[in-house]
Amino acid sequence: MNETSHEILTAPVRENWFSRFQVVALIVLTLVAIIGKFYLPRFVANTEWLELPLLLTVYFGLMRRSQIASLFFGAFVGLAEDSLSPANLPVGMYGITKTLVGYFATSVSVRFNVENSLIRLVLSFFFYLFHAFFYWIMRRALLGQVIPFDVREALVHGLLNAVVAVPLFALLDRMKLAGPH
Amino acid sequence: MEALLTRYRNLTVLLIVVFAQLLYLAYQVKTNGDERLIRVWAVTAVTPMAGVVEAVRRNTIGFLQDYFILLDVREQNRKLKADNDHLRMENVYFRNQLSTAEHAGALIQFQAQSRSKTVAARVIGNSTVVTAKAVFIDRGSTSNIEKGMAVVTPEGIVGKVVAVYPLVSQVLLITDPTFKVGVESQQHHVHGVLDCGTGKCQIQQIQNEEKVDVGEWFFTSGEDRIFPKGFPVGTVVTSQPGQGMREVRLNLSGAPGGAEEVLVVLQGVHQNIPATPPPIQQTTAKMLDLPPEAATSAPVVKPQTEADRVLERYQSLGKEQNHVYGAYGSSIPNFNVKPSGEGTGKPNTTQPSGEGAAKSKSTPTVPVPSNNAPPVLGARPSPPKPPAASPATRENRPDTEYQPALPLGAPRRKSTGTKAGTDPSKQQGPESARQ
Repeated sequence: MNETSHEILTAPVRENWFSRFQVVALIVLTLVAIIGKFYLPRFVANTEWLELPLLLTVYFGLMRRSQIASLFFGAFVGLAEDSLSPANLPVGMYGITKTLVGYFATSVSVRFNVENSLIRLVLSFFFYLFHAFFYWIMRRALLGQVIPFDVREALVHGLLNAVVAVPLFALLDRMKLAGPH
Repeated sequence: MEALLTRYRNLTVLLIVVFAQLLYLAYQVKTNGDERLIRVWAVTAVTPMAGVVEAVRRNTIGFLQDYFILLDVREQNRKLKADNDHLRMENVYFRNQLSTAEHAGALIQFQAQSRSKTVAARVIGNSTVVTAKAVFIDRGSTSNIEKGMAVVTPEGIVGKVVAVYPLVSQVLLITDPTFKVGVESQQHHVHGVLDCGTGKCQIQQIQNEEKVDVGEWFFTSGEDRIFPKGFPVGTVVTSQPGQGMREVRLNLSGAPGGAEEVLVVLQGVHQNIPATPPPIQQTTAKMLDLPPEAATSAPVVKPQTEADRVLERYQSLGKEQNHVYGAYGSSIPNFNVKPSGEGTGKPNTTQPSGEGAAKSKSTPTVPVPSNNAPPVLGARPSPPKPPAASPATRENRPDTEYQPALPLGAPRRKSTGTKAGTDPSKQQGPESARQ
């Protein structure tokens, strides 16, 4: 019996179910995140930078470790955001972006120890930049809208979101929302 | 093939999902159609909470803030805090009432004054896109709001309606990168395009040769067919020649992102660009006019110095001759005329000799201080005054010597070619004033 098989045998039995409570809690949290993005700037000034739906997508991608589930989750969150976006932006911009984020987050989680807070910080920062840059590219390439991309602002917002992501992920860990890994 | 798809199942699903969304996106862009169904569902699901959340926010945050502020006071002095708490709560309540009433009053006043037909609305939510600036308002198609309508406040323009739902509408703010507004300057009627996409509002499409002054107001030109002509937009902060086009930066008069109550223009009516800047509304503190008795019986301050006397004399002269100091185009007052309030038998006045004496009945006398009594405290006695110069000698002098010393702000006129036709009394005035 080699070391790997020994680890498999001695590892705690993973939860082979994804309870209804967790599903409902995940949906509610997703809606809260999207609606929070809708309302939070009304409550607290200068909070437009907070990308709770993105952080939730990243967390789900990192912890769920199922690429298909993560990309569908990202697509759902993105399309929900798109539906509340200004009417001059077609539905699907955030959908595509977050689909990719979910997929790549799961891909990355295979190679890194995503339980580490520092790794989470870096990955959240990276995925925020990816999300912002890819969204900007899509608006420019697909819609022909020339909007400015402020690199400094994106870096600062990415850092802020990463800082928020670490305690948020720790909180979500306790709720075990990602289900069986 | 099947084995290949099974092996790359995840990647295949990703490509399918992304491709499907791309197709959907392309369909929307090509048909230029708004996906009503999804948006209506989403907005209808989200916005009913908006009213409740907004009401809770309005009614609770003020009380919570006051509570936390007053915690320290209660620890220091409980009894005083009880009174203080009560008074502060009342104060906050009345302040909020006053603020709300003032803002609502301003909106109502603006609605009444504006010829455009408008409907008032309240901002209830923001957009989810960081780079796009949009808000939701609590008026929709049931209030006859349609897509493309302008949204304004009495202070300035806010944005335009980009989506209409039964009970709410989405307003794209003018600070959105994709939003452009046609504007026109007040003084020189220079046309340009307002663009706030870079975070700072700039007016584009203005040639370097055009004249735009700092502080000049810009109004909507109506050329964008969204905002009616004549709504205030803002004032120029900087104006400098650029490469090809003039670089003009604008300070918006309204606060599109921070507006709480707005007006949606249902039927816009173009207005002329006003000649004067829009008045700045002072809504914080209003003072009543003085009662008529107090206004008439204002304390009379006697002039203390010679400068005060001269100032008083100029003011009375200007008032008698309907001259407004500093006003453009107002004729120069005759400073030789005695003010009506001034006594005729003053010892300091002497009658002019020669030609001036001949005109003494028709032209006013020139007050000349006597040699014995210097008019200014501490001044040396002036030497004997030379006789008044004749018009013939004036013609020999250079023009610059006879430029009248005008009061500050008075318009200056170019000297005419023939000096024989000029009124000598007007030329004497500034000289006597100089003395």
